[in-house]
Amino acid sequence: MSRVLLIWRKSLNVLMLTLTGVAALSVVSVLFLILGYLVWNGGRSLNWDFFTQLPKPVGETGGGMANAIVGSLKLLLLAALMGLPVGLMAGVYLAEFGGKTFSYVIRYTTDLLNGVPSIVIGIFAYSLAVLPVKHFSALAGGVALGIMVIPITVRSTEEFLRAVPGSLREGAMALGASKWRTIATVVLPAAKGGIITGVLLALARVAGETAPLLFTAFSNRFWSPGWGQPIASLPVMIYTYAIAPYDDWHRQAWAAGLILLALVLVANVGTRLALSRGGAGRSV
Amino acid sequence: MKRTLFVAFLLATLAVTAQAQSGTVLLNAAGATFPYPIYSKWFDVYHTAHPDVQINYQSIGSGGGIRQLLAGTVDFGASDGPMSDDQLAQAKFKILHFPTVLGAVVPTYNIPGVSGELNFTQKAIAGIYLGQITKWNDPEIAKANAGVKFPNADIVVVHRSDGSGTTYIFTDFLSKTSDEWKNKVGKGTSVNWPVGLGGKGNEGVTGLVKQTPGSIGYIELIYAVQNNIPYGKVQNAAGKFVKADLAGVTAAAAGAAKDMPEDFRVSIANAPGATSYPISSFTWLLIPAQIQDAKKREDIKGFLKWMLNDGQNYNEGLSYSRLPKPVVAKELKAISLIQ
Amino acid sequence: MSTTATTIERAVPPQAGPRAFVHRLRDGDQIAHIITLVFAAGILLITSLLVYELWVNSHLSRSKFGWLFFWTRTWDPIFDNFGAAPFIYGTLVTAVVSLVIAVPLGLAAAIFLSELAPRRISDTISFLIDLLAAVPSVIYGLLGIFIVVPLMRTTIGPILIGTLGYVPVIGKFFKGPNYGVGFFTAGIVLAIMVVPFIISVSREVLLTVPREQREAALALGATRWEATWKVVVPWAKTGIMGSVFLALARALGETMAVTMVIGNDPKISASLFAPGYTIAAVIANEFTEATGDLYLSALIELGLVLFLMTFILNGLARLLIVATERGGGHPA
Repeated sequence: MSRVLLIWRKSLNVLMLTLTGVAALSVVSVLFLILGYLVWNGGRSLNWDFFTQLPKPVGETGGGMANAIVGSLKLLLLAALMGLPVGLMAGVYLAEFGGKTFSYVIRYTTDLLNGVPSIVIGIFAYSLAVLPVKHFSALAGGVALGIMVIPITVRSTEEFLRAVPGSLREGAMALGASKWRTIATVVLPAAKGGIITGVLLALARVAGETAPLLFTAFSNRFWSPGWGQPIASLPVMIYTYAIAPYDDWHRQAWAAGLILLALVLVANVGTRLALSRGGAGRSV
Repeated sequence: MKRTLFVAFLLATLAVTAQAQSGTVLLNAAGATFPYPIYSKWFDVYHTAHPDVQINYQSIGSGGGIRQLLAGTVDFGASDGPMSDDQLAQAKFKILHFPTVLGAVVPTYNIPGVSGELNFTQKAIAGIYLGQITKWNDPEIAKANAGVKFPNADIVVVHRSDGSGTTYIFTDFLSKTSDEWKNKVGKGTSVNWPVGLGGKGNEGVTGLVKQTPGSIGYIELIYAVQNNIPYGKVQNAAGKFVKADLAGVTAAAAGAAKDMPEDFRVSIANAPGATSYPISSFTWLLIPAQIQDAKKREDIKGFLKWMLNDGQNYNEGLSYSRLPKPVVAKELKAISLIQ
Repeated sequence: MSTTATTIERAVPPQAGPRAFVHRLRDGDQIAHIITLVFAAGILLITSLLVYELWVNSHLSRSKFGWLFFWTRTWDPIFDNFGAAPFIYGTLVTAVVSLVIAVPLGLAAAIFLSELAPRRISDTISFLIDLLAAVPSVIYGLLGIFIVVPLMRTTIGPILIGTLGYVPVIGKFFKGPNYGVGFFTAGIVLAIMVVPFIISVSREVLLTVPREQREAALALGATRWEATWKVVVPWAKTGIMGSVFLALARALGETMAVTMVIGNDPKISASLFAPGYTIAAVIANEFTEATGDLYLSALIELGLVLFLMTFILNGLARLLIVATERGGGHPA
């Protein structure tokens, strides 16, 4: 009897352990499936036109997404300008200056902000930056993305600042440097690698966001001059083209998807590799 | 090295952001997907002829066009359903309607095994969209299509998920031809659909029908033509089955052309006449009567004039009918109302 | 006047007082403290403003419908009657479906990565799975439309309807016409999107389980699997629950991928293959075109509801994850 039980337990053991391996492998293979599909469908559609031309009128084939590519870059720039200073400074505060309760409140609020669905942030940015001036604009899109950049930046900045060894700080202070001097000239440079990683990851994250742009940056068939006009962006173009019936648009959606994914993956892979090599000593 | 890179980056950024603003007027417009193919053609052609005028039109649906115009976030809107008195009252400023083209809404379908043209009675369409007729081989559909073998398949109803003038035109037709629809659902840009899947824009509905076997949807004629999908004939007020085409739509507008109201808001759904296509409609540009910015005002007026003369030459190529001459004459006069 | 200042100066201890303040100010520390504090407070400001805007702009809808808003099933812009029920239903159903798929899959993968795989392989695979979390939502939507929807319509749907549709209790979820789009499809796409979170957090939590626990179980004659399933996993139970809540919060707020594959129909249906709608999807589709203040207000109220749901879930998730990291669970 116990012999049978033993065989049963052993077989169950092998079965379950194999299943876990299968699970892990299937999840990983989804990643490669996504990449493969995008490369296959999108790669074929990438040509010079795609990068240099504006969209053509509905139903006509050809044209490109030059304005959307530049648009996404402009939006990222705005998001960085608006969100990064807040995130970095707040991170510095939490790591270096914070009092106990206030820091707790800030951290809690930051986590809260991080969990807000992006569409709700879009609603907020609409009432903040579109309604008062009565038009959609790149600026409004930047506001929405900028808000999303903040929590990610705060968290990584604080984390990497804390990781700087106390000995470095104490050494600087022993030499007579004031606190802010220490932070500016010793601690920050030491945490630089990790902080830049956090920044790049935050930007990569918002580069792919679509929902908050739908009613802030809107979209534009032309180039968008300055910052106060509606602006095209890669994610919104992908969405618009994907749900339409034109095959030519589908083709372009794949191509745009490939570019977007490539950007995001390069940022993620690149920064993580740089980090593990850079010797901040942390495995992210 | 790092410093030069940084400076180069800054310069590139400045270059990108300082794109030519001199004299180029960017007009923002939004609204109907129904006329989107012809509008995008017009704005493209007009821009080539007048490089300093850029009209950025986003096809977000007629509901969107009205909303954004009321909110003031666009310079003008577009809608296939004329604004109601309530909506006009909501506006803080006077809004003028300018018909641009005549179009047709067609019932398009994707039925495995059936490739020809189907006839739809008025009862059939209302029944399908009310959720009462659920299978393709229902007698109401079969009786108008002798000789066609229908599969015993479920009908997948597709409608719009966004606020749509095409929906307005379609539900206007349904309200005129079915009392039950009129009382239960009503007409509007966004209604409480008894059944069906929602697609975003004419584009979304076309996409869904194309990809879903057994489905039926209502879309603007050009979307069916451009995507090579079958569309049926619809029974008109005179009882005849008419296929949507330029002649049928023009016939439907004939009565309205003679008696066009001053504000151009008129419905030509289920129009009388043996050759009239029953689901036809004008579509309108919604222009504020007062435009502060002089350059924008002149550009909009200029575009309207061009649209009523040269622009109409592009209509038929994209399966929209030209505006009747009396209507054009009336509109040209109305342009002067824009101050 | 100067005599008075000097008198004050002498009477006051060196750390406090205006002179000392100016002294610190010159050093820059106080300035730095204040500047960073202001930015940190800025986050508080932004978040409070967000909640305030949501609250105020949904006022029309809240006052007209009250609590009834949550039960009403109609969404009728013509007759100005709005209810959140179909959207809450859709949001919850798609989230539940996604978890039913993602939790077993994710937990299994996490077990593999923490217990079985050699460290280097585990790290590499973990890294790759983390990349999945970085893929933008709209790309998942793209793949959803062109791969999952046809697959659902031609293969998966018919199989499930043909088998599970006949099982007594759960059968009613698997009946009905199959369009390809619908709750189930949205659930599948969401599952792929949240599984990396479950794996990542669960793996970390499993790795913190003390070695002694495993070794004790093995010493008593348990197989590898038994040790894992009956000792290690229960120990990390709370943290794993936390990861599930995290995934759930993410699934609730997902917009683009869902709206591209769910069918956009505000109806409550038992069948998982029927089209549905979620809160995030309806806001994305109808926000720019809500004609009428009540309509817009109802949409914003939906946004408020979504915000509250994710707020509560995220809070619970944090509590659970922190609880594990701190004390470690004990086998039930």
